[in-house]
Amino acid sequence: MSGKLFVSGDEAVALAVRQTKPHVIAAYPITPQTIVVERLSDFVEDGSLESQYLYVESEHSAMCACLGASAIGARTFTATSSQGLLYMVEGLHYASGSRFPIVMMNANRSLAAPWSIYNDQRDSLSELECGWIQLYAENAQEAYDTILQAYRIAEDPKVMLPVMVNLDGFVLTHTYELIQTAEQEKVDAYIPYRDFCNKLDLDQPKATCITAGPPYNMEFRYQQHQATLCAAETIREADREFGEKFGRSYGGLVETYRCEDAEAILVTLGSVAGTVRCVVDAYREAGKKVGLLKIRCMRPFPAKEAAAALKGAKAVGVLEKDVSFGFEGVVHTNVNSALKEWNVTVPTANYVGGLGGRSISKEDIGGIFDALLSGNLNGSEAAFVNLRRDICGA
Amino acid sequence: MALNAKTITNQELFYGHKACPGCGAALAIRLALKVLGERTIVVIPPNCMSTVGYIYPHMPVFVNSVIPPFAGTAAVMSGVLAGAEAQGLKDYHVVGFAGDGGTADIGLQALSGMIDRNDRAIFICYDNEAYMNTGVQKSGLTPYGMKTTNTPAGKRIHGSQSSKKRMFEIVAAHGIPYAATASVGYPEDFLAKVEKAMNTDGTSYIHVMAPCPTGWGTESDVTVDIGKEAVDCGLWYLAEYEGGEFKLNRDPKEFASAEAYLKAQSRFSALDETDFARILQERDDAWARMRRDWKK
Amino acid sequence: MDRPKADLSYVVETLPLGPAFETGQLHDVSSGMRTFRPVIDTEKCVKCLRCFLVCPDGAIDKSGETLEIDYDYCKGCGVCRRACKPGAISMVKEAEV
Repeated sequence: MSGKLFVSGDEAVALAVRQTKPHVIAAYPITPQTIVVERLSDFVEDGSLESQYLYVESEHSAMCACLGASAIGARTFTATSSQGLLYMVEGLHYASGSRFPIVMMNANRSLAAPWSIYNDQRDSLSELECGWIQLYAENAQEAYDTILQAYRIAEDPKVMLPVMVNLDGFVLTHTYELIQTAEQEKVDAYIPYRDFCNKLDLDQPKATCITAGPPYNMEFRYQQHQATLCAAETIREADREFGEKFGRSYGGLVETYRCEDAEAILVTLGSVAGTVRCVVDAYREAGKKVGLLKIRCMRPFPAKEAAAALKGAKAVGVLEKDVSFGFEGVVHTNVNSALKEWNVTVPTANYVGGLGGRSISKEDIGGIFDALLSGNLNGSEAAFVNLRRDICGA
Repeated sequence: MALNAKTITNQELFYGHKACPGCGAALAIRLALKVLGERTIVVIPPNCMSTVGYIYPHMPVFVNSVIPPFAGTAAVMSGVLAGAEAQGLKDYHVVGFAGDGGTADIGLQALSGMIDRNDRAIFICYDNEAYMNTGVQKSGLTPYGMKTTNTPAGKRIHGSQSSKKRMFEIVAAHGIPYAATASVGYPEDFLAKVEKAMNTDGTSYIHVMAPCPTGWGTESDVTVDIGKEAVDCGLWYLAEYEGGEFKLNRDPKEFASAEAYLKAQSRFSALDETDFARILQERDDAWARMRRDWKK
Repeated sequence: MDRPKADLSYVVETLPLGPAFETGQLHDVSSGMRTFRPVIDTEKCVKCLRCFLVCPDGAIDKSGETLEIDYDYCKGCGVCRRACKPGAISMVKEAEV
């Protein structure tokens, strides 16, 4: 099964999911995730995947079906995007609170209104508080690898939390790349099925998702918070071990690219990291000291890694495809909070870009680096990259 | 062997719960679990029954349980079933207990999906005709004229202005293998239907009338009697849908007094003669249709 | 009496992982909800078991020679009294027991 394949991001996800052999797949189609569910149903049809595939009537039910299946100890997978993610939000909290290690792929897509099927990350970034581990992939290879890692992380007995693997809609889900797939035996050894300690048991009945009143509720929350914090170490371990077994690794929670002596560092996540990487190389070539901090994991947030990577810089930019209306991009808020926590003082500027599918070009990124290097930061307000200000009205 | 007081097990699987005295829903669940047995996985959305059944650490439901999102009872049931099947578990039942709102309103979409997939699970709607857990508000199965806390009975408007959705027929219209209506007032009939559902190869649905003393404004001791009267006066009915056909299990020659049934409950205290006439007309129209189209 | 008993001295020492907990554990009783208690006159009782069948709380145990009521969990709703055709059950005010 291993070899090199020329596939889209969605197909890479489906191929990886087949190799993780989930007991149950429940998913509802939504652009641009659709190819994932199409391929998985093909695999079930051709017998190369022996999952129970549930044709559900909504994303809410997709998540609910995963809750039920996970409750009885089954490995589960679902995939969604945008409005679909929002429709399952209630279930997202059930999954994390009940400590169900569900793995979900989310094709990052804008949110209505106005309607858009195109990419930004407002869907998943608006769900940072739902208790899921959130991973972001830069390219199809990383998407494939991250799906495999996701089960290793989610089902770790110390973690037992759901994991969301994010791919930028169209930009990554629908573009084709050559990927290296893994040998099945190695995948099996990397993510063996585990017996979930909280699963229902016909011989020793349990109730799950039960009520906890004021005397116990906060303790359950604390327990969940601790597990999410501890997941950081498991994410690092899972990536290290993946590197040893499969020859590829991604730095765990963050990847630092040419940050060591960088004067200006741009922090970002997802596919645009690839574009930033190109610009960094070009600028370095021209003798300009710039670097990239790619955040792979938004929850748990890599505060320590971010602070360590950014500490030597003279200026830091945060480029993200979302905005918390009335304030700034949420990644910027998180980065600044991390810097404060670790006593790192460095000026930061927030760049909101790519909303609703607006492209972010090398030139746009070059412009950001130029501003950061000049120290001419845009004050406290988030800058909208590539905005057609002339048609915005007063 | 017919299921009745003598033949059903003495073992209780819903025991020590905190439901109100005389709770019809608790009785329905208790009886159903006696039929289904210990190897049952129950799915009960946030409603009175999950509220009184799973407050940590007091656990009065003695079988495996999941509390699903309110709208997702049937989808969680399907997931449990798929997970159990995929892991090769044998000899178990998956049952959902949702109230009228959890079935006919917020739970309807997921229920429809489960019947469409024909997953081998039993969905039991305990119908107490309003959202009782939140303090008696109108649901899609609240009857015309019922006073609830959001359909008050004033001089101008006499309680709920809509009639009950025909939920049993909505379910049947999916082409479900087995569906039935029941009442805690006819417990042996209910037990038999649960047994039939349990042995159905595919999705089954039971809609059991479960009086609620708190929401209906009745004394706690009349629950079973009023559940029987609902059937006897023709405002509820006992029927089955099987093999694509409807069947009336009881076809009373003469109805008991519907007015007496309504007047015994304070939830109908605002009804006047016009309201009674409308309720009786609707009842008679429904029965004319059922008698015409359904097997007897 | 063949009915589950409450463990009232139970103290939570360690929370389970996630809100998933063994079922069938009783750590509270319902007797405080009762104003009247049903009392069975075994002379009049014909063991038709109707009361056992319709009790919403399952508090009537049919396993013994005579029917027994578990007063830990009987809430005194009176459904059993109305179901009893021979009139063998009477409701007695708790304070007068």
